[in-house]
Amino acid sequence: MKLFEYEAKNILTKYKIPTPNGGLATNLNQTRELTTKLKPPLAIKAQVLVAGRGKAGGILFANSTAEAEKAAEKLLKTQIKGIAVKSVWIEEKIQIKKELYFGITTDRFNQSYIVIASTVGGMEIEEIASKTPEKIIRFLINPHSGFHSFHARQIARKMGYAGNQLSELERIFEGLYRAGMDYDAELIEMNPLVETTDGKFVAADARIIVDDNALFRHQEYKNRLLEGESELTPQEAEAMKNDLAYVKLDGNIGVIGNGAGLVMATLDTIQYYGGKPANFLDIGGGAPAEKIATALKIVLSDPKVKALFVNILGGITRCDEVARGILEAKAKVGTTKPMVIRLVGTNEEEGKRILTEAHIHVLESMEEAAQRVVEISKYGGK
Amino acid sequence: MVVIIDEKTRAIVQGITGAQGSFHTKLMLEYGTKIVAGVTPGKGGTKIYDLPVYDTVEEAQEKHSANASIIFVPAPFAADAALEALENGIKTIVIITEHIPIKDAVNVMAHAKKVGATIIGPNTPGIITPEKSKLGIMPAHIFKFGSIGIVSRSGTLTYEIAASLTRKNLGQSTCLGLGGDPITGLNFIDTLKMFEKDTQTKAVVLIGEIGGNLEELAAEYIMREKYPKPVIAFIAGRSAPPGKRMGHAGAIIMGKAGTAESKIEKFQSAGVKVAEKPGDVAELLAKLAI
Repeated sequence: MKLFEYEAKNILTKYKIPTPNGGLATNLNQTRELTTKLKPPLAIKAQVLVAGRGKAGGILFANSTAEAEKAAEKLLKTQIKGIAVKSVWIEEKIQIKKELYFGITTDRFNQSYIVIASTVGGMEIEEIASKTPEKIIRFLINPHSGFHSFHARQIARKMGYAGNQLSELERIFEGLYRAGMDYDAELIEMNPLVETTDGKFVAADARIIVDDNALFRHQEYKNRLLEGESELTPQEAEAMKNDLAYVKLDGNIGVIGNGAGLVMATLDTIQYYGGKPANFLDIGGGAPAEKIATALKIVLSDPKVKALFVNILGGITRCDEVARGILEAKAKVGTTKPMVIRLVGTNEEEGKRILTEAHIHVLESMEEAAQRVVEISKYGGK
Repeated sequence: MVVIIDEKTRAIVQGITGAQGSFHTKLMLEYGTKIVAGVTPGKGGTKIYDLPVYDTVEEAQEKHSANASIIFVPAPFAADAALEALENGIKTIVIITEHIPIKDAVNVMAHAKKVGATIIGPNTPGIITPEKSKLGIMPAHIFKFGSIGIVSRSGTLTYEIAASLTRKNLGQSTCLGLGGDPITGLNFIDTLKMFEKDTQTKAVVLIGEIGGNLEELAAEYIMREKYPKPVIAFIAGRSAPPGKRMGHAGAIIMGKAGTAESKIEKFQSAGVKVAEKPGDVAELLAKLAI
């Protein structure tokens, strides 16, 4: 789960990591309150979870209080890449001498957390790594002993700092590690971490992605996600409430399957035959009829969906339950959209019988079914 | 010889009294797996399918000296269960549970490394040596004993490909799921090494997906070590958009890292044939004439 910039900055502040003086505003009164307290020039930043926010016009600058109020008012009325701006973060502009990068993420191969630091910052880390790979410092954190002050000092020294500046970076790096661990971050980064013209360090922007699987330990964010203030589409939010893995895509073939890998391969096969999937939806293992019906309802609620492809390979999922779920959803939603069903595995015969009696044709091969649904999506069904 | 599990495997089931745990214990027993006991805290002293249930792994070990464990414990408690198995001397652990936090998984893997234990998963269908033994939840009837080793990051996609192999009379030596999480015990390279040593295995099917760089590292390993057995790969997620988690916690393209293209390109440059559709894997294998 991606946190908003203001949430990330509030966490950093808790760990005594310097961030620019600033605050959050959702309306004009709050904006006014903030702008009178803060010293211009100011930066006004839309709180939206889209990549490339700056380029999309989500960050404005102001040289006076009046200008800042105008900028905030403007941003609060706009949409950034289709997402409405519900709040803005207003902060004092800082005097930049140098932009650095410091982040902690997971290293899958080494089954550990890894620090990535660079004396070049302010752009995506992959870009830094490809443009100036020699400036990237990697440090694998030993899971037994953790990340200590001396590790932070070693990294600060490698970045070319000494004396008071080294001590200050030590404190910041160590604080970021603790924040990352405490909040179950799969990624926590300061980008840029700014060295100011007077030699201090300030985290000008911060990004935190909380491990979705650890949200049960961070209820405040889980609630925020479910209450709608997030980047989720209506279908994604509904799927999350029902414990279904759903991702919205931009095609017109609705897809439902069991197992993440199988559903991904289904999307790929549709694409291979020239079709465009509208979504990814994994019902998981052993789903009962009601859950399958919910899945169908969610996919069919997307107006772009012209045809539906249900691809089930029953292991612990039973084909008869799937068949009942399909009929249940069909009855409730009253859809006339064409469906292609591929159903094999546990209780396959019973599943086929149920659907065939309801005049729904069942196919056995995933490839054949994918071809069929692509044809329907292009030329209409019978 | 088979990979990781064999006739000498004596397993316990942690979380044996839960819905998934009991259901799959029954199927594993029917398949011939030697399950010696179960553990569910608070249910000690009871029995299930004539197997004794204990409150702790320690007690199960005092009486049965198992050498493997399969874990069905819910995510918030799964890391605790795995550490309990490790501290009580169990060297092969299959973690079926999905949604285990990364921080917990990192901790479990670090302890496993220290004591030299093998962890399969989390979020794995487990491991099966067809017609002999299985520690997992896969539907056994789609597998058939033979000479193809399968290693995969996905459950049902493995079933899809294994079933198509079985239909073409291409049996399997061992099929193993690494797990769909970002942090898993075994990786592709570990498994390639096991298949290399296994005389039963004549060719390897490697089923990867978007996210991370384990496939790229495997491709580099195959090229560098001139891997002696033929490998056929399939990568799921060619059509996946960046920044979206595709069902598995580990299946996500971050920025430009972890794309299907990058993995496919690496495999092809290592001389590994990459199937375009799941059904093509069996055809590519058949051409090898092994």
